[in-house]
Amino acid sequence: MTWDVETLSRIQFAFTIMFHYIFPPFSIGLGLLLVVFESLFLITKKKIYEKITRFWIKIFAANFSVGVASGIVMEFEFGTNWSTYSRFVGDIFGSPLAAEGIFAFFLESGFLAILLFGWNRVKPGMHLFATIMVALGSMLSGFWIVVANSWQQTPVAYEIVVDYGIRRAVITDFWEMVFNPSSMVRFTHVILGAWIQGAFLVMSVSAYYLIKKKNIEFAQKSFAIALGLAAIASIAQPLVGHEHAKVVEEWQPAKLAAFEGLYETQTNAPLYLFGWTDPEKRETSGIAIPGMLSFLVHGDFEGEVKGLEEFPEEDWPAVNGVFQSYHLMVALGMLFIGATVLSLILLWKKKLFTPSWSWLIKLYVPAVALPVLANQLGWVSAERGRQPWIVQGLLRTSEGVSKSISTPEVMISLLLFLLVYILLFFVWLYVLDREIKHGPEHLAAVEVGFKKKAERMDAIKSH
Amino acid sequence: MDFNIVWYILVGVLLIGYAILDGFDLGVGILHLRSKGDYNRRILMNAIGPVWDGNEVWLITAGGALFAAFPNVYATAFSSFYLPFMLLLVALIFRAVSIEFRSKEENPRWRNFWDWGFSIGSITAALLFGIAIGNVVMGFHIGSDMEYQGNFFDLLNPYSLAAGFFALSMFALHGAIYLNMKTEGELQKQIQGWIKTNYWIFVIFYLIFSGLTLYMKPEMIANFSFGQIDLPGNKHELVENHQTLISVFAWTVVFLNILAIANIPRTLAKGNYGWTFISSASMIGAIVMLFALGIFPNLMISNLDPAFNLDIYNAASSQYTLKTMAILAAFGLPFVVSYTVIIYWTYRGKVKLDENSY
Repeated sequence: MTWDVETLSRIQFAFTIMFHYIFPPFSIGLGLLLVVFESLFLITKKKIYEKITRFWIKIFAANFSVGVASGIVMEFEFGTNWSTYSRFVGDIFGSPLAAEGIFAFFLESGFLAILLFGWNRVKPGMHLFATIMVALGSMLSGFWIVVANSWQQTPVAYEIVVDYGIRRAVITDFWEMVFNPSSMVRFTHVILGAWIQGAFLVMSVSAYYLIKKKNIEFAQKSFAIALGLAAIASIAQPLVGHEHAKVVEEWQPAKLAAFEGLYETQTNAPLYLFGWTDPEKRETSGIAIPGMLSFLVHGDFEGEVKGLEEFPEEDWPAVNGVFQSYHLMVALGMLFIGATVLSLILLWKKKLFTPSWSWLIKLYVPAVALPVLANQLGWVSAERGRQPWIVQGLLRTSEGVSKSISTPEVMISLLLFLLVYILLFFVWLYVLDREIKHGPEHLAAVEVGFKKKAERMDAIKSH
Repeated sequence: MDFNIVWYILVGVLLIGYAILDGFDLGVGILHLRSKGDYNRRILMNAIGPVWDGNEVWLITAGGALFAAFPNVYATAFSSFYLPFMLLLVALIFRAVSIEFRSKEENPRWRNFWDWGFSIGSITAALLFGIAIGNVVMGFHIGSDMEYQGNFFDLLNPYSLAAGFFALSMFALHGAIYLNMKTEGELQKQIQGWIKTNYWIFVIFYLIFSGLTLYMKPEMIANFSFGQIDLPGNKHELVENHQTLISVFAWTVVFLNILAIANIPRTLAKGNYGWTFISSASMIGAIVMLFALGIFPNLMISNLDPAFNLDIYNAASSQYTLKTMAILAAFGLPFVVSYTVIIYWTYRGKVKLDENSY
């Protein structure tokens, strides 16, 4: 590996996007749960749901701001580091990005103002409406960005032209580009993943309170609702898998073959649970279900699946890398189904919050890291699986990089992002930790509106 | 009138929206450290608390619109401006998270750190926006392949630095004028003092910067010179055909711009603070508009050869995309305006801290 502009730009893009992608899934998942919590408050008028809604709004806010801050980078990084790519795809890729701004970001950021600061300012119905709009906005933003990325995976509705000496792809049909073969299935997959991640955050914090025996009613209600969402999303995830596999098989056969370490084209192709693959020797070993890959793709064990031998080696992705990231993601997905279904049954039997199952509740505290990991691994598989192409079959990653930037420049920016993001990450964790330790009872009211320290101290004493 | 011109105007509208709205957020950040005491600083931060995020979306959408409509400009601009742009991104990141994190912890050192982050982030961003505009006017070393051939230090020329300080003084003034509407009592009096000092600083920079522009780049007024000054490269046929109309329009904007600047101390003295704000907003809008008129139909000027300029044709997406996106934008913009109105209406009046505040 040489430390040239391409390699450094790839590292920088991977680092900035992976850091950014910690936050939006929390916003999407938590956004939906906020709608449920607040609707319950408006319907039942119970104080406990107000407490639940307002506490999770605070967690949502801390998360959202880091998501916004790290998201600004993404809007411009195509231009800074991948300008040749930007010229090539601008006609197509730029459109969903602009649409994301016009239709999603304005909606989201506008109503966020009411969601965060409007509790005492607007009527409850208006506040709920704002919460719904923020949740909708975050999902719409997910939609447009997945559309843009999906076109890179399964490019359709374009033609290649050369204008002013620049080779580029231009749209021939906007809506066909938007609903390209992989858009909807990938969007569904991404949203379900985000719901799982958001729900696990709520379960993690609630589990912490349950163990500490604090805010019991608050924690049990939050946990139960989030568990419902996590279970539904986890179970739905593999159902999307079949459709997804079919699309990848048709449009990106080399990616599918790499996911499963399949070198020879074959019928009755196996599906690995876990294993190891060696592209040098063209061997894959591990525990596999025979014929399952054929069945997943074709609904038939005798279906033929293309192996990597069909493609020149220079067009292979990093086979073992994507094999591992993909299989780890799938294994985590299976774990989510097992854990949430078990917990749901226990909840049904009113046993979940009893001492004999407290070990399970304890496990939910650190478990929030797992969906974060699964979502990251999913994107790593999707993006590395597409290599060496930046746009599948049309433009190589090595051809997409900016021509006018130099290695030291990218080195400086990469170091800058490393420093700033590491700082942000720990500050975010610290702030989150404090909010969680303060708990839902703490509304910071004592700190409000006092000009002098003495006045504030009096207020704290009488509070 | 073709779709290329429509998109030139739309990107311009987004940038004017950004400069006016996030302009006062940046201004508040620039002035932040001048306010003393935790209570005052919280008031300042919460004056923009509910709106800064939405204001920043104007910039993000302008970025997306530039990518969709003029991908060659998006590609050339950000890759040539690489390091300053990375610095701008880091500045905007600090600005954003400082607002969110500052009041989460009572420790004075913690708060002080984020106060500085907020202020330095805003100052850096304002300076860099100005430097960027300065370079757009001065032109870049763009070759025949649309790629930037210069280096980092070419971007820091005296004219661009002057533009940077001009932008800094303009946003500081605009921010103070915004704060004057949102505060009361002692703090408001102090802010009115800031407006007065900042006003004269701004006027001085305005004169220097305008003079420098006319001296170094007289072609900036070629499009509205009643046909007296030539533009290197070609003028757009729309400009050729309507020399008088466009010139009269532009000079009216110049006149209104000067009127708006003069109106700031007048309305301030009369206590019509809303009008002071409208004046400074109009002033910013007019300045951005005049720059856009000045460089039209170019988006990035090559100082190697006018034939290498990136204009609204050689930098643009296909007609089909420009048309589709124009329809989408026409559908979306009324929504954008209505959200903006709802939010500003909800948070009208003086800032009051409550348990939801930063």
